[in-house]
This record gives sequence, C-alpha cells and structure tokens, in this order.
Amino acid sequence: MKRLMLNAAFAVGVALAALSTPHLALAQASDLRAGREAPLMAEDPKLEARLVDISQELRCLVCQNESLASSHAELADDLRQEVRELIRSGKSDQEIKDFLVSRYGDFVLYRPEVKPLTWVLWFGPFVLLVMAAVFLGMYLRQRRALSAPAALSDEERARAKQLLKG
Amino acid sequence: MKKVLIPLVLFIGLVVFLAIGLKRDPREIPSPLIGKPAPHFTLFTLEPGDAKFSPIDMQGQVWMLNVWATWCVACREEHPVLVAFSEKNQVPIVGLSYKEIQPQDPAYKSPFDEKLKLARERSQVWLKRHGNPYVTSVMDLDGRVGINYGVYGVPETYVIDKAGVIRYKFVGAVTPALLAEKILPLIAELNKS
Repeated sequence: MKRLMLNAAFAVGVALAALSTPHLALAQASDLRAGREAPLMAEDPKLEARLVDISQELRCLVCQNESLASSHAELADDLRQEVRELIRSGKSDQEIKDFLVSRYGDFVLYRPEVKPLTWVLWFGPFVLLVMAAVFLGMYLRQRRALSAPAALSDEERARAKQLLKG
Repeated sequence: MKKVLIPLVLFIGLVVFLAIGLKRDPREIPSPLIGKPAPHFTLFTLEPGDAKFSPIDMQGQVWMLNVWATWCVACREEHPVLVAFSEKNQVPIVGLSYKEIQPQDPAYKSPFDEKLKLARERSQVWLKRHGNPYVTSVMDLDGRVGINYGVYGVPETYVIDKAGVIRYKFVGAVTPALLAEKILPLIAELNKS
C-alpha cells in the first residue's frame, strides 16, 4: 500500500514536471523575442506585410546599402516602429513615404521621385548610352573608310610583281 | 597629335570625378528640414519633477539644439567644445538626450517613470563630470522626437532662428573651427534680423 502511494506520488511529480518544463521553455523564448526583436508577424500579419512592402522601398540611413526592411540597425528598428504607428493611424503608403522624406530627404527612397533635381540620376545613364552608341557608329564608319584597300600606284605594282617573282 | 590627347583628357576628367567622390562623406545627408519650422514636441527635462520643454519656449531667440547621449563616444569629443562655447554665453544650447537607455540595456523594458528616472540620473552624473553646456536638456527616451528631427547619428546640432525655423544642421562632433567659421557668423546674422 505504501509503495503504491509512493509510486503514485512519483508519477504525479513526473507529470507535473513534464507539464511545467515546456511552459518554462516557452516563457524564455518569448522573453528572448521581446528582448531584442520587435514583435513580428504574430500581432497583425496584414500590418506587417504592409510594413515590409513599404520598408523595402526605404533606405536604412545607418547602413546605407541596406533597406529598412532588412537592416538590423537600431535606428531601422525605430523607424519600422514609426512606420507601424503610421500604418495603424490609417496613413496611406504615399503619406508614410512623404513623412520620412520630409524628415530624412529623398535619400531615404531607393526609388527617388522623377523631378528636375533627379533628372540626371534617372536619365543620365540613358543619355550616356546614346552618346556611346553615336561615338561607336562614328568610329566604325571611320574605320571602314580607313581599312578599304588602297589602290596601288604603277610603280608599287611593278615592285610587288618583282618581289613575287622572287 | 590632337587624337592622342583625347584619352588623356577623358582620363583626367574621370580622376577629377573620382577624387571628388572620395572626398565626400556618404554619411553627410542634406537635411530637408533646413528652412522648415522645427518640429513641435513637449518632453520632460533633465531636472527631476514634471517640468517640460517645448521649442515654443524659445520663440523670439536664436538657439541651438544639440542631440547627445552618455553612451555616445563622439559626444565625449564634442563636449568640451560645447562647454567652452557655452561659457561665452552667445547662444542658448538646449540638449536633447537621445535614447539614453539603449535596447540592450536591461532597463529598456522598464516602465516609463523608472526609465526616465534612470536616464536623468545617468545624464546628471555625466554632465557633472564633463560639464554642462545646456540651459536645459530634454529626455527623448524612445527616440521619436529624434525621428521627427531626422536624427540618424548622435551627435547632431541644429541652429534654430527666432521664428522657430531650422537654419542649419550638422551631423557629427562640432569643432571649434566649425563654430567660428559657420555657426557663429550664422547666429550673428540671425540675431540681427
């Protein structure tokens, strides 16, 4: 009888332990998540999807070749948080981008607006391409003219004949 | 003869462009806030209690806003320059303590009141040790006012005119040369108008 009770107590103990450990592990995991990274997808998948959409178009100002979506810089975290707030307050994508541009300048946009100031940026490469094509055409024409076989003078022809005879 | 010179001229042109590119600091981003009204905010100040500060409080005078933090290394370099400058009493400098408690700090998740208290304590100690150039310093704990001002690296310094319009922004540690050549002439000019 005593032994049975001991066994039962042991079983209960094991069961309790088994029940409680996963809880512990879960609590730790969520603590870790809360520690460094902002709450992800879980909260509002729609909002997060929009956040990713918007922030992929924005530049992280600290690590300038990364987008706001992929950057781990602290400022990027803060800016994503700011964008989240703006989404929640019902702002459109364009309004959110405008807000960030009004604070950080066109530089935050990976795709700057087309306006006189950015014409060189947008059209410069095409202008260079056209210029290069024109130069190439001119060069090829010139070369063709140069490489056309030149007519030999009578004197040269006579010399060539002599040389060929050996 | 002329043909030989063409590649040389092109090469020199390329070198000039590259040299200019090398000299430029990619971290220097022109601020779109120049010429715009300083964004509004109301924040607790460094002094214990409920005292708050807002840019409107400075209306009618030219002032400087300096973004700083005790964890910021470049601020340590800048600080003696600001302290010496403030002793001349030419312009009031308001500090903006930017995200004093960093995310990796265990206190980051504490309630606001505790964070504020801790941030104030740390800032006070730091200012006592290094000198205090500020007429007051406001506590931007979560960095949102910083975002409104386009802050992306501490220290940053703004010159704001009598009407509350931002006239100048500098990112990085202020040097005596910058003060003498740029900031002081600008302040003198703004004070005249």
